[in-house]
Amino acid sequence: MPYAIEADDLQKTFTGKHTVRALDGVTFAVEEGTVFGLLGPNGSGKTTAVRILTTILSADGGSARVLGHDVRKKAGLVRSLIGLAGQYAAVDENLTGTENLRMVGNLNHLDRATVAGRATQLLAEFNLADAGDRPLKTYSGGMRRRLDLAAALVARPAVLFLDEPTTGLDPQSRNDLWEVIESLVGGGTTVLLTTQYLEEADRLASRLSVIDHGRVIAEGTPDELKANLGATVLEVGLDTIEQARRTAELLASLGSHTPMVNGTVVEVTVDDGPASAMTGLRSLDQEGIVPTAFTLREPSLDDVFLALTGRRTEDETEETEDPSTRRRRRSRRRAATKAMPIATGELS
Amino acid sequence: MTTAITAPSVSAAPPAVTLASKLRWMVSDTLTITKRNLVAILRIPEQLFFSTVQPIMFVLLFTYVFGGAIKVPGGHYVNYLMPGIFVQTVAFGAVSTSIGLAEDLQKGLIERFRALPMARSAVLTGRTGADMVRNVFTVIIITVVGLAVGFRPTTGVLPYVAGILLILLFAYALSWGFAVIGLSAPNSETAQVMSFPILFPLTFISSAFVPVSSMPSWLQGFATYQPVSVTVSACRALMLGGPTASWVIQTLAWTIGFLIVLIPLAVHRYRTRT
Repeated sequence: MPYAIEADDLQKTFTGKHTVRALDGVTFAVEEGTVFGLLGPNGSGKTTAVRILTTILSADGGSARVLGHDVRKKAGLVRSLIGLAGQYAAVDENLTGTENLRMVGNLNHLDRATVAGRATQLLAEFNLADAGDRPLKTYSGGMRRRLDLAAALVARPAVLFLDEPTTGLDPQSRNDLWEVIESLVGGGTTVLLTTQYLEEADRLASRLSVIDHGRVIAEGTPDELKANLGATVLEVGLDTIEQARRTAELLASLGSHTPMVNGTVVEVTVDDGPASAMTGLRSLDQEGIVPTAFTLREPSLDDVFLALTGRRTEDETEETEDPSTRRRRRSRRRAATKAMPIATGELS
Repeated sequence: MTTAITAPSVSAAPPAVTLASKLRWMVSDTLTITKRNLVAILRIPEQLFFSTVQPIMFVLLFTYVFGGAIKVPGGHYVNYLMPGIFVQTVAFGAVSTSIGLAEDLQKGLIERFRALPMARSAVLTGRTGADMVRNVFTVIIITVVGLAVGFRPTTGVLPYVAGILLILLFAYALSWGFAVIGLSAPNSETAQVMSFPILFPLTFISSAFVPVSSMPSWLQGFATYQPVSVTVSACRALMLGGPTASWVIQTLAWTIGFLIVLIPLAVHRYRTRT
């Protein structure tokens, strides 16, 4: 099967107040008609990779091709083949939904009738028909994202880049957007998706690369990645640190990895959540330990990182990002923290 | 959702791009971006205020409040004032280029434009083009208000129109300067803050509102020959009479000089801004 997107040893360093090696030899390839996920924390280099592949930025080293065309030498051609939707919802605030789509259509050099038709169709498809003539100021966050995605689709691109399409969205809007992306792929579009959410990569991507400090640290199908990990995380909160230590010993036999103690919280990744929970509770009960919290949850990106690197995803945004995007990231990070309730303490 | 309309287009190989189609796209993309920026002017109340109410207020303020205290050659302050108001208003208006571009960068809109197969120059030509259209509208308003408060050009219609065209050309060159500022600023607020320290000396240490001869002698050289003053003097000569050629030539020299330096600089900033 031919590759729709190829990144070959991409390198990018941002010089400035802090010199930052954003990409340190990133290589991956995306088969036509599939969804590929780039999974990584803030500042890992995901967005830089997307900006290079979409011709916005040029790499310092390595090469990249979209549908066989070099993104540097054939930038104009590549731009006519791709669509880009980002986490910043880059749509024009002062225009209506329809005007936004028409502007993008015109800038794609589609003829007038096609532009008008596609704008109407896309608004209907994305449940924005009623809002089409309203200025964007009246749109909710979810509506903006849908319009942003619709704008990326005006020219029917064969390859679609989605840079953290659901970061900061509420669960309902996120689900809606996932369904839209799934139906796109059903229609034959190739999608490169960056995300901080393991759940999202798991649901949408057929293959993914985990990226950290500008390097690919793991690659495979979501199932392969999770097999490494255990399917569920069991999180137990206790009164004292001594109790936590004892609990970790008791739960050690349940997990695929050694349980982790974070102050008075114990985390262990298990393959069979409910059964492990029952066994765990029983053994705690025998020792007379009463937990203050007892939770089963899906593994997060943080857990993947822990399994792969032995450390948590650190807050590395300030050092490893292109300075111009730093400010925007800060607010995004706040949103991400809200959406992904995970323990953030240091590894003890 | 049906997959029919969201399916990728079948022809993956686009037609060959000729020089003619490139030029055609450059024009059509510039028009698209110009239109988008003009719509914004109409929909943002501050912008509309900036380009309509503010110049009217300046005319009234200088005519009825300050004017009585300012002695000018010939005695008719409103006649002396109006060419100054024209130039000052379009110069202030150019700040919107820097704010607008900084905002587009900040909101990620420029990222989207960069990933589209549009002419790259259109983002800048569309912005400065929209400024030009807004300035045409502004000078018409000022002309009407000026005539209402007693402005009486004495040289006839053609020289008057020539003066207006000179102002529009000068304003266009200024827009490119403020485009450079907008592309250098981290956000729109900073773009605005960066613009005014340049704008204030140029518009107020000038012959726009008071005769240069009333200023201290060390200031008179700058106040006479800096670009805003030169343009105001050229307009005064064209609209009210007096020696014209030297001022017009100086204005054109500044304007062309600005364009030669600032257009490549703005394009360079646009290309290299990450």
